[in-house]
Amino acid sequence: MSAVILRIATKYLSPVLLIVSLVLLLRGHNDPGGGFIGGLLAASGLALQALAYGSARARRLLRYDPRTFIGGGLLLALSSGIPALLSGEPWLKGYWWKPELPLLGALPLGTPLWFDIGIYFTVIGFTLTIVFALAEHDEREEY
Amino acid sequence: MESLLPILLILIAAAFAPLLQRVPGRVAGWGLALLPGAFFIHFLTLLPAVQNGGERLFTLPWIPTLGISLSFRFEGLSLLFALLVLGVGALVLVYAGGYLAGHARRGRFFSFMLLFMASMLGVVLADNLLLLFVFWEMTSIASYLLIGFYTDKEKSRRSALQALLVTGFGGLALLAGIILTGVAGGSYDIAALLSSEEALRTHGLYLPALLLILLGAFTKSAQVPFHFWLPGAMAAPAPVSAYLHSATMVKAGVYLLARLNPVFGGTEEWHYLLTLAGGATMVIGAFLAAPQTDLKRLLAYSTVSALGMLVMLIGLSTDLAAKAAMVFLVVHSLYKGALFMVAGVIDHQAGSRDVRELHGLARVMPFTAAAAFLAALSMTGFPPLLGFIGKELMYEAKMQAPSASVFLLVAGVLANAVNIAVALIVGMRPFVGRKPVRPGRAHEGPVSLWLGPLLLGLGGLVFGLFPSLIGRTLIEPAVQSVRAEHVDVALKLWHGINPVLMLSLLTIVVGVLMFLLRLRARRVAAELRVPELLLPGGLYRRVVDALPGAAGRMVRHVQSGYLRAYLFTILVVFILLAGYTFLKLPGWPIDTGFGDVSFYSVGLVVLMIAATIMVLVARTRLVAIAALGVIGFGIAAIYVIYSAPDLAITQILVETLTVLIFLFVIRHLPRFGVRSSVPTQLRDAVVAVFSGIVVTLYSLKASGVQLDTAISTFFAENSLPAAFGRNVVNVILVDFRAMDTLGEVTVLAVAAIGVYAMMKLRRGNGRVS
Amino acid sequence: MHLLIAILSGVLFAAGVWLILRRSLARLVLGLILISHSASLVIFTSGGLQHAEPPLVEKGATALQTPFADPLPQALILTAIVISFGLFAFFLVLIKRAHQETGTDDIDAMSEVES
Repeated sequence: MSAVILRIATKYLSPVLLIVSLVLLLRGHNDPGGGFIGGLLAASGLALQALAYGSARARRLLRYDPRTFIGGGLLLALSSGIPALLSGEPWLKGYWWKPELPLLGALPLGTPLWFDIGIYFTVIGFTLTIVFALAEHDEREEY
Repeated sequence: MESLLPILLILIAAAFAPLLQRVPGRVAGWGLALLPGAFFIHFLTLLPAVQNGGERLFTLPWIPTLGISLSFRFEGLSLLFALLVLGVGALVLVYAGGYLAGHARRGRFFSFMLLFMASMLGVVLADNLLLLFVFWEMTSIASYLLIGFYTDKEKSRRSALQALLVTGFGGLALLAGIILTGVAGGSYDIAALLSSEEALRTHGLYLPALLLILLGAFTKSAQVPFHFWLPGAMAAPAPVSAYLHSATMVKAGVYLLARLNPVFGGTEEWHYLLTLAGGATMVIGAFLAAPQTDLKRLLAYSTVSALGMLVMLIGLSTDLAAKAAMVFLVVHSLYKGALFMVAGVIDHQAGSRDVRELHGLARVMPFTAAAAFLAALSMTGFPPLLGFIGKELMYEAKMQAPSASVFLLVAGVLANAVNIAVALIVGMRPFVGRKPVRPGRAHEGPVSLWLGPLLLGLGGLVFGLFPSLIGRTLIEPAVQSVRAEHVDVALKLWHGINPVLMLSLLTIVVGVLMFLLRLRARRVAAELRVPELLLPGGLYRRVVDALPGAAGRMVRHVQSGYLRAYLFTILVVFILLAGYTFLKLPGWPIDTGFGDVSFYSVGLVVLMIAATIMVLVARTRLVAIAALGVIGFGIAAIYVIYSAPDLAITQILVETLTVLIFLFVIRHLPRFGVRSSVPTQLRDAVVAVFSGIVVTLYSLKASGVQLDTAISTFFAENSLPAAFGRNVVNVILVDFRAMDTLGEVTVLAVAAIGVYAMMKLRRGNGRVS
Repeated sequence: MHLLIAILSGVLFAAGVWLILRRSLARLVLGLILISHSASLVIFTSGGLQHAEPPLVEKGATALQTPFADPLPQALILTAIVISFGLFAFFLVLIKRAHQETGTDDIDAMSEVES
């Protein structure tokens, strides 16, 4: 199989994809991007790994089972509503901190970003659960 | 509160009656009878209050928006019926205590009886028609439970279902009729309808409403052709037959007609429909009764005949007829209730209900015999019993009928003569003659078994001797309710020698002759097979038998089990409805301008259409997937061109992952084969093309619509100041509508769990591997 | 351009309908994907088409400058794209498993295996 090209491409491409996915996630509030897009991109990077080197390696890179990502992501998204609740606002209403940092100036940190990170992880977990399940199924059958 | 309290208390008693299972049956019967007995006496004290048309209304709002209120009305007619329900009810409960003394499920029986009693009280006391309907249906259900009380007998269950279906069908018609009445009359309250009767009678909905209500009343009161369920209901225990199927429930239809007479009555339609149905029922019931040999069936058919008389009398719509109807109502409840109980006692104590096997019982059952004699005498209309007064009034009413009085008189004499024969067969024949076949077995029952019939029989005698006891006090207010005006009721036993008396004598002579000729009558009937000819029960059976098969065929037809068939139906309906709506939509001009078409966008669309065709005709999976990818990326390009960068990126990523997953899955699947025939493919193609046309048309129309931009403008203006985000789409997703997004990712999580489970589950062991 | 995209939506929908009326499960999925593309396009065009005016607030401004592409349909479609992705992934795996268990992807043949 012409896996060599795929492997070499994957070797250089997937780290780039992962980094870009983080950039897309973080800038999503002001420019095109966000949790969905970032999550899908990160998942594509790891799916490439699974395709090129087998899902075992992709799983190692991920460290945790993708299902953990689903649960963790949902938990993050759910908990992002708590600060608003504590301050007497409706659940999931945006809540912002603007800490002054020496070099960067006022950094807008808010629960919407927190929420978006939750979505990022849920999407990664969802996509990889399916990809790994299918890939491992195939790998088992080929042996 | 006079109305609500008895109903509530009896319902509560019904709820607790099953607990009486541990109490001996007779004790339970006596104990429970105290409740209706006490209310009976309480209601008696209210007699003076209703004498001069006084009525009491009691109203609680229930569902005000629908005009349904818990309103009760208390006046002459309802009081008469309430007294019958409570008085006969108390006696029947005592009787039932003796009849079912050792029965394993007597607690349940008492519960059903009390449930019925409360419902029936509700029917006669309700002023709101919809409330009346609720109670009406409750009596049907109680009747169903009671007829089918011997659940181990198939005949019981079948008869119960038959009664429920027939009266339930009538109930539905009644509901429709009530709603039409409410629409036409502007209210569901009888009190309010009484004042707007003129408007109702001239309303266009008068006839449909009348017909539907009559359907309800006729099924309940066993009028021809719905009479066949009543003889079937004789499968019930004797107390039920005595109570529901002679004295009270079957008279609910009569009650309804009498109650609505001031509202609906006085028209030609009313007069002819009621007289005709009642007259036919009177004659047919009598002729069906004649050849019977079973005590309870004899009584059942004669009850059908009597119910016909009552309906006919109400239809005559004269003061005299109303008077006759009310008197005969009381007469009939007294003697028929008594005779049914007597039939039950004979069955219980002598072990047979066949008149050909019963004789000489008076020697061993003197009290029962006395009750039977009294009741039978009243039924034959012998002076000085109340039955005599009833029959005299009836003949008088028929003589003065507005039309067809001769016909009515002949029919009346015939029916009454048959009833005399029935009275003699049931009330006299079993008690006289040779010694009983099994004298050792037949013996007098306990007090509880003969007290009820004896009291009812004595009632016929006492009220006959002293008719003034009930004349002004009870009958007059009731007649007043029926006629909606004051009618003087002075009942007298002796009217002197007049044509009416002659008719009475003639009836008795014919009746006795019929009694003597009964054996020949049975033979003739057996040869003619009259019952089968006149029973629409056969039709009922055919319909009921055919229903399950028809339902099965329909389900097999509709639920084909093929996904395609369902989709096909949905799509065709979609095309028709959406297409029709599209044609009906006014205004919206279709924007057909090409506008800013650039060559690359035309090229893009042409490419995508070509790819779509590739997907359709592809024989290999890989080609299909590649073409699908082209379409997906083409759509992403459209998003790029028309200012939707987030959508474009998402679309590209999703497309990539979809193709990836497709590759994992599809390489194991077989090649696409052509599995459908050419006509099927053509048919599908037609549906597909029309669906596509509908979608295109709507898309064009939608883009021509000036949408309300308030929401979009809000997002556009508040995104940065309120949510600190420049990417409005993202702000909507994570802030403004974060809750929706949360729901969405939850769906993804659930889908992932489903996928995981599917891949890990193995066939056979059902465990996760 | 409305007209072109409307025709494209119709063609996609028609093709999707034809595919979901086939007996092959794989074609059923293809059909569903086409129909969902068609739906996205219909929603997108009904919000109005705007050239080069993405719903991003420019530096220095506090709100979107008219004319702008309507962000609301875009948010709806973004959600729809991801949800359909989830649906199709699930469905594809379902087909794979069904094929594995029954040895066919013919819907009719499957119902026979079942019974």
